Amino acid sequence: MIAESGHYALVLALALALIQSTVPLVGARLRDPALMNVARSAAVGQLLFVLMSFAALVMLHIISDFSVANVFENSHSLKPLIYKITGVWGNHEGSMLLWVSILALFGGLVALFGQNLPLSLRAHVLSVQAWIASAFYLFILITSNPFTRIANPPIEGRDLNPVLQDIGLAVHPPMLYLGYVGFSISFSFAVAALIEGRIDPAWARWVRPWTLLAWTFLTLGIAMGSYWAYYELGWGGWWFWDPVENASLMPWLAGTALLHSALVMEKRNALKVWTILLSILTFSLSLLGTFLVRSGVLTSVHAFATDPTRGVFILVILCLFIGGSLTLFAGRASALKQGGIFAPISREGALVLNNLLLTTACATVFIGTLYPLALEVLTGAKISVGAPFFNLTFAPLFVPLLIAVPFGPMLAWKRGDLLGAAQRLLAAAGAGLAAIALVWAWTRGGAVLAPLAIGLAVFVIGGAVTDLVERIGLFSVPLATAARRARGLPRSVWGSAFAHAGLGIALIGIVCETTWNTEHIGTMKAGDSVNVAGYELKLEGLTPRPGPNYRELAASFSVSLDGEPLSVMTPSKRTFTTRGMSTTEAALLRRGVSQLYISLGDTTPDDAIVVRIYHKPMVLLIWFGPVLMAFGGLLSLSDRRLRVGAPRPAKALRAMQAAE
Amino acid sequence: MTRKQRRLTMIGGALAVLAVAAALVLNALRDSIVFFSTPTMVAEKHIGPGTRFRLGGLVQPGSLVRGDDLAVRFQVADGGAKLPVAYKGLLPDLFREGQGVVAEGALDGSGVFRADTVLAKHDETYMPKDVADALKKQGHWKDDYGAKAGADAKPSGGAVASQGAAPSAEGATR
Repeated sequence: MIAESGHYALVLALALALIQSTVPLVGARLRDPALMNVARSAAVGQLLFVLMSFAALVMLHIISDFSVANVFENSHSLKPLIYKITGVWGNHEGSMLLWVSILALFGGLVALFGQNLPLSLRAHVLSVQAWIASAFYLFILITSNPFTRIANPPIEGRDLNPVLQDIGLAVHPPMLYLGYVGFSISFSFAVAALIEGRIDPAWARWVRPWTLLAWTFLTLGIAMGSYWAYYELGWGGWWFWDPVENASLMPWLAGTALLHSALVMEKRNALKVWTILLSILTFSLSLLGTFLVRSGVLTSVHAFATDPTRGVFILVILCLFIGGSLTLFAGRASALKQGGIFAPISREGALVLNNLLLTTACATVFIGTLYPLALEVLTGAKISVGAPFFNLTFAPLFVPLLIAVPFGPMLAWKRGDLLGAAQRLLAAAGAGLAAIALVWAWTRGGAVLAPLAIGLAVFVIGGAVTDLVERIGLFSVPLATAARRARGLPRSVWGSAFAHAGLGIALIGIVCETTWNTEHIGTMKAGDSVNVAGYELKLEGLTPRPGPNYRELAASFSVSLDGEPLSVMTPSKRTFTTRGMSTTEAALLRRGVSQLYISLGDTTPDDAIVVRIYHKPMVLLIWFGPVLMAFGGLLSLSDRRLRVGAPRPAKALRAMQAAE
Repeated sequence: MTRKQRRLTMIGGALAVLAVAAALVLNALRDSIVFFSTPTMVAEKHIGPGTRFRLGGLVQPGSLVRGDDLAVRFQVADGGAKLPVAYKGLLPDLFREGQGVVAEGALDGSGVFRADTVLAKHDETYMPKDVADALKKQGHWKDDYGAKAGADAKPSGGAVASQGAAPSAEGATR
């Protein structure tokens, strides 16, 4: 019964989405408020039905109803409860259901908290949302129904892919989807503005917080996924330039650009056409990501399902939405009025440069990801484009961007003073140069580029600090005045400073980890010890241990530094009986922001075990940076200014928090 | 500056950045892409020593020899030809004789493929897509690979992971 009700709720959601995608449009044509308001109730109804459907699937997984194909294939009665729940979206059908649930959630939020929007704009936005929703409901119901029953129910399930039996699965996909799908709001607003042929002042005020919210989640989602890959895959890598990772990086780059161009539009009413185009492109890249991952055109852990009908279906959705919106853009964009003018050297100019570099970097990632596919289709040759390609293209484009970051907030709107900004950044530049000299002296004869990159990162952080110090007048006014000013400073200023500093911090982590990573691979027997980066690691012994749905072999290492015992690390190797797969559970020991990392390999016939030990200096900064960026995003989101004109600001804020 | 001049400055700047990016991409595509071959293709194309490529096929049963200090030798076969591979390091969790494998490296002077990376997929029934396609094309695809994969792939495939930057399938060893 649960499965059938879930299925039926999904069909009802589709019916409501179809109504929502047509009736309000007719209403907007006829200027009939009653018809336009249908959008609101339909969106809320849709949200309720999708949530019911999602809850039904979660319930089926919890009670281990193996008569449902999806549960049978991805669950096991002995699996811990948390993984029974997260396993719901650890498979194709369930993750698509999560996708539409989040889409409906965003639609519902716009419907509930969009009272201050012009009626016709709200009707149009919700209609466009419903078009997307209808397409994906159809996709789920036709090609990937999670509620399909099996005629002869088996007694036990096939279990979830062991790599996914991790807390990472509970956090990473929902975060990522909140980001991906969140960009659908700015897309719907952009298409609605094109349909109406004009952009209200309300437009930019509305689009920016939604973009910021989506961007914050996407940032956290990507960082979380990266950390998960780092500790779960057992070889200490955190970014592989895998096509699926690129699929999430592209919307992030475009979304970051959108965030900055929406700022220009909000403050100066300029860059309207470009902002609309970026909104369309950002969500198109999210759809492209969904296509790449879900269609099976890529060889990746994320894309095991290779059912051609699914790929074709998503490709059709992709072409319809991207092609349709870009055609609309080509036809209507010229009708939008031009906004304020500005000199090339100005805050606007800096933000344009930011957009230019971010979108170009995004384009190089796009080429590196899709070129192998295109080449295979056209010539049949199989190639792989890996890290070297991206290091040679993406990195050189990011260097000027990082140099420019501290200058942006220092320039005035309309017309800026580059020399003045440079003078104010002297301290930051000095800190950067000092960092270069220090690192250089310390690692003499080592890498040449690494100290330069660290200097750049320090410059970016210094720039963010300088901006704050200047605004609150620290060191130039009494401390009490400065503290009062700091409290009075708009939260969005704090937010952007944190986000920019996060960028620099992540860069330090990346450079240190890739340059000064120490690695030891070898076979060890009980009693053996090795020395890695000054730490003495002794293998005390190997013990087999049982787990709920696996067996594991745990190794116990005692770690000491200069003869002082520090800790015991127990990496293990798990064998999951149902799937006959094994996973490596790495052991991590944090030292400041650096980590020791041990993962186990195979056992050899003479009772020795292959071990991989890494010392990764500053590695945690790689993820601390993005977390700081996301924190900046949330801080900026709580800025009073973004809620101007909202009749019930407190409630709107609560809704945003609920969406977390 | 007039509006037109400002716009020209912007467009000129944009074109300059795009030109630099295009140059970077073309340069990188020339130097840093790696082709995929099977042993048969290696024999046909006469790939010279030192050229990096990805070698895909099945690990020949009985060919795996473990040497000292993590050195291994094995043969990769695709039904038509065999190629000896030498590798030093940790093999991935799912490296097995008779299973699909992808190795990256180059041939040395004596015709041995010196791999510096060995990739195997995390799912035991999973055959690397490149290898499966190549085997099918050459007519060496045996039905039992398909049956194995097929049994697991109905209707959703053996192991579908979440989207995004989660663990990559390539349980690779470097």
